[in-house]
Amino acid sequence: MGGKIGELEAEKHVQYILLVEKRKDDFESVVTEHLRMNGAYWGLTTLDLLGKLEIVDQDEVVSWVMECQHESGGFGGNIGHDPHIVHTLSAVQVLALFDKLNVLDIDKITNYIAGLQNVDGSFSGDMWGEIDTRFSYIAICCLSLLQCLDKINVEKAVNYIVSCKNLDGGFGCTPGAESHAGQIFCCVGALALTGSLHHVDKDLLGWWLCERQVKSGGLNGRPEKLPDVCYSWWVLSSLIMIDRAHWIDKDKLIKFIIDCQDRENGGISDRPDDAVDVFHTYFGVAGLSLLEYPGVKAVDPAYALPVHVVNRIFFSR
Amino acid sequence: MHGRPRKAPKPEDAAASAAKAEKLRALQSQLLHNHHNQIYTKEALEISAKLLEANPESYTAWNYRKLAVEHNLSHSESDPDTVKSIFSEELRVVENSLKQNFKSYGAWHHRKWVLSKGHSSVDHELQLLDRFQRADSRNFHAWNYRRFIAALKGIPDEEELKYTTKLIETNFSNYSAWHNRSVLLSHLLQNKVKGFFPKEKVLVEEYEFVHQALFTDPDDQSGWFYHLWLLDQTVKPETPLLVSTWPAHGSDIIVSAEGCLDGRALSPFTSFHSDAGTFPLILYFNEAVEGVNSSTVTVKSVFTENKDLVWKPLATSKSCAAQAWVTHLNVPDVKLHPSTAYPIEVNLGDSQGIISLSGSHCSHPSRFAFTVCVQPLSSKHAERQSVEMILWRDVNFHFYDAHVQESSPIAYFDRLSIKKDHEPAASKWHAKTLVNEIALVRQLLSEIDCKIGKLTLARLLMAHDAMVSYMAPHSHKKVHSEEVLQLYSDLMELDPMHSQYYKEAQSLVLLQQVTSNRESLLKHCCHHRVSTSSSVGNSVCLRLNNLSLSRIGCVEQLLWVQMLDLSHNELRSIDGLEAMQLLSFLNLSHNKLSSFTALEPLRLLKLLKVLDISYNEIGAHPVDTRRYLCSSPLSHTVGSDWNFNEFVPDDAKVTNYWEAFAIFRGFNLTQLDIVGNAITDEKFKSFLIKVLPTLKWVDGEELH
Repeated sequence: MGGKIGELEAEKHVQYILLVEKRKDDFESVVTEHLRMNGAYWGLTTLDLLGKLEIVDQDEVVSWVMECQHESGGFGGNIGHDPHIVHTLSAVQVLALFDKLNVLDIDKITNYIAGLQNVDGSFSGDMWGEIDTRFSYIAICCLSLLQCLDKINVEKAVNYIVSCKNLDGGFGCTPGAESHAGQIFCCVGALALTGSLHHVDKDLLGWWLCERQVKSGGLNGRPEKLPDVCYSWWVLSSLIMIDRAHWIDKDKLIKFIIDCQDRENGGISDRPDDAVDVFHTYFGVAGLSLLEYPGVKAVDPAYALPVHVVNRIFFSR
Repeated sequence: MHGRPRKAPKPEDAAASAAKAEKLRALQSQLLHNHHNQIYTKEALEISAKLLEANPESYTAWNYRKLAVEHNLSHSESDPDTVKSIFSEELRVVENSLKQNFKSYGAWHHRKWVLSKGHSSVDHELQLLDRFQRADSRNFHAWNYRRFIAALKGIPDEEELKYTTKLIETNFSNYSAWHNRSVLLSHLLQNKVKGFFPKEKVLVEEYEFVHQALFTDPDDQSGWFYHLWLLDQTVKPETPLLVSTWPAHGSDIIVSAEGCLDGRALSPFTSFHSDAGTFPLILYFNEAVEGVNSSTVTVKSVFTENKDLVWKPLATSKSCAAQAWVTHLNVPDVKLHPSTAYPIEVNLGDSQGIISLSGSHCSHPSRFAFTVCVQPLSSKHAERQSVEMILWRDVNFHFYDAHVQESSPIAYFDRLSIKKDHEPAASKWHAKTLVNEIALVRQLLSEIDCKIGKLTLARLLMAHDAMVSYMAPHSHKKVHSEEVLQLYSDLMELDPMHSQYYKEAQSLVLLQQVTSNRESLLKHCCHHRVSTSSSVGNSVCLRLNNLSLSRIGCVEQLLWVQMLDLSHNELRSIDGLEAMQLLSFLNLSHNKLSSFTALEPLRLLKLLKVLDISYNEIGAHPVDTRRYLCSSPLSHTVGSDWNFNEFVPDDAKVTNYWEAFAIFRGFNLTQLDIVGNAITDEKFKSFLIKVLPTLKWVDGEELH
């Protein structure tokens, strides 16, 4: 215990994200080219949470996003890459940040997603049939943001997710799969968005989740594993959605995230003194938002978007 | 992205990195070109193999290879050797990619895709899996693939169970193996497979197995989580049970049609005033159930038709399942039969239909009976209750004087719990097992100070007490409460990061102590006088204030409560209150409620008239942890009656008010206190007054 919590180097992180966007010929950039749509979502949401989204050229981003759309209605990770449900959600989230959901052909994109639901209620990631509860969350989140949730069979979708519930209260990617914080976030998020959290044993899962906090104050993803900043999101947002976040020590987690920053060059890494990347920068900042760190805007734990963006969609006149 | 040390970039690195990037980019462009132009030549395939070896996450390349396989299969002779070699080439590429990144979703899925075509050796896959298991026993991709292969080959669960035994014996710290074991055993137990019946026999063996893990490495969590599952299998009843009702069995309820009753000789447990013309009938089960309706529950009385009764689940969501269910019976017409005690009998569990979320049927018949008598209203007191403002000051309360009470109405308290005697043999085994486990964990703790061991002991002691009190309800002693409270205090020191968890557990133990017998409960019952000059006590209040409670529990013992003081505690949520259907007066001031959404359970309390939520933290937190636990458009749980826009003033910050609207719309409150919350300002107050047209007092001021 003890040790003063340092500062969040918000400005450095903003600069880091903008720089990453420019360094298109770096090996890092090339090797992640196929998931640029996710990267755009991580980077831009971080900028919004830090109050700096207006720096970005909105039109440039929006037109690039639309170029990634396939004739099937789905979006690929980058121009020319195959459509996948994962990138379809990221595309919708990016457009939501800019309040540009109106550029979408709603039928086209929602038909693509609805078409990926299987008979047992599960969702495939794309036409090649990989099934995972991540895709259940993605489908529900995406259609929810577009206010077209009734295009899928919600009851069956919920039943499939419940079939992936484990005896420790957690959830896995398919029935019988081990509980993992990332999958738990997806399942709890999907159940939250469909008003189905009564299927979660909040005390049992809440305890499993709070036990992810290890001595250093960081969170791991499952028992006997190392802590990682990205679990500040997966574990914490799950705890928030089931109202058990007070079962962890928030100050110690804040300190862990702060210690994972690269104070000189900006960016946040998985663990202190590791290499930074946009993925962990986003999850670190989003985690701090859930921990009510001053200067970071509130983020919605289920939609994984700033609260003002979600409210704009659901509560506008 | 994970686990790479932070290094300052060196100039020579930059050049090498740029060259690598160049090469990779070339491969990627070529791949996309070939893909879009449907080029599936050997050379093109080789490019994709190189790309996937360097970057297994390039998912379009895996798609491309599948298309190439399909294309090449359709263009080749159906010669089995060619077919086989096409698929083994795919497996080779996958293996090379997995060497790069053994957690690549795309690589594993491609392998599954190949195997599902049926031309590859399943045994070879099992060998591959053994290698992966040795390299990393927690690789969940490998475990999932193993499940896939086991299903493909039809490997029986018993064999896979033996595999987990082998792994655990090699290394106890294998959470993944324990997890798989629990999944397999659940199937085997549920299907009553030969050798896995009776359940008790299997559990005994599993306890012995896990004990080895706990003693070998008590600080590793894996064994303890498995032990918790075994404990749950031991104590949890096979079928849902009715544990409490209101009215209670054997009670004589006096209902007044309007206003309040004459204060004499009235037990809080058996008197009830209703201006709605009905009174509630509450069923409380040990777990959430569905299917409570007039077919599965029969209510026999002279003034109500059973088939007309509508049962509602007391759940704070659109769930059809709940632990508590309520229906409403009509108050008999007082003019026709004043002071007659009408008998009412309730039966359930005779037929199938009441079912838990896990699919087990309530199969034990339960019966309870009580009488209802309608008291004509005393005109002197007719209007008093509904007009006066309620004050919660200490001077307004007078303790119950047990001696003054005639024929102690508290006698009914003991009948609040429904007794049952069934499966005595099983219960004996459960009790014996708990005693064994308690002794074992105590022994372990005498050797080593282990946090999770202490927590397990606390849980075991509570389970033991619960079992004893269920089997013998008249034995009032909660034997272990003090020890459990101490254990949780120790845990707060040993493991301060999780102190709020232990604190909540302590609150539950405390509430158990308070509600476990009549003496302790009476200490918290007070007469409430509306004005200090009034000579008659009007209501009885259960005062649970200043107890450092951070959680509500034991609601099944409190279904009779009409007035509740929970002020000056540390409550963040009020989950559980929804079952207390008689609640009319509620004080939640000076707690830690941080949002209106935390008040969702109150929406089910149709009789609530007076609410005090002053001096909480509503509006002080940007993060709402109850956002998805209440009905709102965000979770698609509001109906078409959501007319929020009609209530919000034009210039108001919409986002501050929707939560209040979601909770308060449709309430019939006469009195509300909200001062001392960050959200409360004049504009917000006027918004609330619009939403709550029945309000007479706000923050102590009368409205006109």
